[in-house]
Amino acid sequence: MSILVDKDSRVIFQGFTGQHATFHAEDAIRIGTQVVGGVTPGKGGQTHIDQPVFDTVKDAVVQTGANVSVVFVPPPFCADAIMEAIEAGIKVIVVITDGVPVQDMVRVKRYLIGHDAIIIGPNTAGVITPEECKVGIMPAHIYPKGRIGVVSRSGTLNYEAVEQMSELGLGISTSISIGGDPVNGCDFLTLLKKFAEDSDTDAVLMIGEIGGSQEVEAAAWARDYLKKPLIGFIAGATAPPGRTMGHAGAIISGEADTAQAKMQRLAELGVSVVQNAAEIGKTVQRSLK
Amino acid sequence: MNIHEYQTKELFRSYKIPVPDGRMAHSANQALSMAEQLGGDGWVVKAQIHAGGRGKAGGVQLAMTPDEVQQHAENLIGKRLVTKQTGEFGRMVNRVLVEQIHQIETEYYLGLVIDRASQRITLIASAAGGMEIEEVAAETPEQVINEIVDPAVGLQDFQCRKVAAGIGLSGKQIVKAARIMKSLYRCFRDKDALMVEINPLVATKDGQFLALDAKMSFDGNALFRQPEIADQRDFEEEDPKEVEASGHDLNYIALDGSVGCIVNGAGLAMATMDAISLYGGRPANFLDVGGGASPEKISNAFRIVLQDPHVKVVLLNIYAGINRCDWIAEGLVKAMTDLAVSTPVVVRLAGTNLEAGREILKRSGLSYIHADRLSDAAEKSVKAVNGGAV
Repeated sequence: MSILVDKDSRVIFQGFTGQHATFHAEDAIRIGTQVVGGVTPGKGGQTHIDQPVFDTVKDAVVQTGANVSVVFVPPPFCADAIMEAIEAGIKVIVVITDGVPVQDMVRVKRYLIGHDAIIIGPNTAGVITPEECKVGIMPAHIYPKGRIGVVSRSGTLNYEAVEQMSELGLGISTSISIGGDPVNGCDFLTLLKKFAEDSDTDAVLMIGEIGGSQEVEAAAWARDYLKKPLIGFIAGATAPPGRTMGHAGAIISGEADTAQAKMQRLAELGVSVVQNAAEIGKTVQRSLK
Repeated sequence: MNIHEYQTKELFRSYKIPVPDGRMAHSANQALSMAEQLGGDGWVVKAQIHAGGRGKAGGVQLAMTPDEVQQHAENLIGKRLVTKQTGEFGRMVNRVLVEQIHQIETEYYLGLVIDRASQRITLIASAAGGMEIEEVAAETPEQVINEIVDPAVGLQDFQCRKVAAGIGLSGKQIVKAARIMKSLYRCFRDKDALMVEINPLVATKDGQFLALDAKMSFDGNALFRQPEIADQRDFEEEDPKEVEASGHDLNYIALDGSVGCIVNGAGLAMATMDAISLYGGRPANFLDVGGGASPEKISNAFRIVLQDPHVKVVLLNIYAGINRCDWIAEGLVKAMTDLAVSTPVVVRLAGTNLEAGREILKRSGLSYIHADRLSDAAEKSVKAVNGGAV
């Protein structure tokens, strides 16, 4: 198993012919991802890196059976591209684009209601099920296959944690970055629920940051329903209040938003909390015993 | 992105949200003539800085005569105003807003935010106007009304009437307040705002509503389609290093420690700062170079970090995914050579093209402190600050 994506996922890229999309589509193919085509309006009928290009997502879905899309479309057009994927019946939509206006995402999430799709991102490094499917911009070679599920906001901190685990011989079932935006497609809780049911995942690592309460809500659910160890870290203990720390959502707007308050709540809810990001790997290892 | 109170009120006027008659002035003489133009029998002189807490810090002064307006403006303009939100050095006041004063009957709070829990625009109102809404929400949550807006249809009249009644309004006041709420929502939506706050919204003795104070912030990611908002950005309100960094597409926030940080990715950047602090040091800044960082970008990052005289050591921590260690290394070599860096530099590289990056650093012959891991990097940085051997 694994969650969201696996070797049977049929992947298209929206904004296919751009530089980053091309680079990561090729990397995805190298690890065995079934990339079945891409969408770039106006370039339908062409081929790109040996794959068909379509004008619309609907065409791509009809002709290739695509069910996963990776979106590299620039911010002014990104919300439209996401809704196009939703309407075409794509099930997992991974939005790499950084800088999507917040109110656009508010509208996208309204549009999502009643559709059977899940959005990861925007501003995400994406999703990877090692050796099966990469839909994102992470360096695939640092992700060994294994039995730890990872869900983080940040991309690079996800890499950091994965390296620490892999040095200790721990691999990954599926790893997801949900992105740093305040209004995002998918929250920690939705993914914890999926990991709870995944027979290939033995423990879940949740890497959050200052701002909002998604991590705490996920931990509150996990206390009652997740029958696997949950390890948590919150970045931003040294962040000053009221400032946006790179991620639009990483801002301390009140006492409950601070890293200290969130880590304390997680600990109270039974999460194995990591105080120092350099100790993530060791904490995961300990929690497995 | 924030704008000044006088700019927010100008925007309100274009949405027919009632605000006091007022004019902005750059000098005391100008303030005097503004007061005379406005007329009336009393004025308020308000320092225009982006930080809150102006009233308690003396940034808002009442005047009974135009001469007093001039005197207050004289005392405010060209001085630094220290409020609880500005830090100890305060903010330079370059302009004041002169407004007519009004006889106030009641004060309310009205605002809109993008609520993270519902992931929707939410109207917030309270009868406890003039106080900080966070405090009201913490101490008397029953006094705060939240009304979530369905983005498919927008804020509806019935919702506004419900909220107006909820804060204790009655009769014609309900209709008047509802109209203000609706206009405020339109303004918020049209301009890609993240937050707008009227605190207080006052009912005057003659039965009018007025937005006495107004604060608004906008989505930086939407400025590409809001040129008239982008034009109102006041760079003097921002740290010059932060302004320069944003010009180079770097995300920099000045802090007050001694370990300069250059990191890729916001999450790793925060975690690096946190690790430095756990090893007993203090980060001098947050800096995210982002993805696809060119050698020039790394070089610019060094220059900006080293402009801070408190920096005793620089920690470069890069986990390259979309980035490449060889480019990062080239940038590092360029920066250390061009800037003749004498500050100790701790380098931790990982990820894409690591070997190529290490090779570039080795060949350069530059002296730097090598670290393999995050823990290593943080510990060595803190030791270097303290002048210890590493």
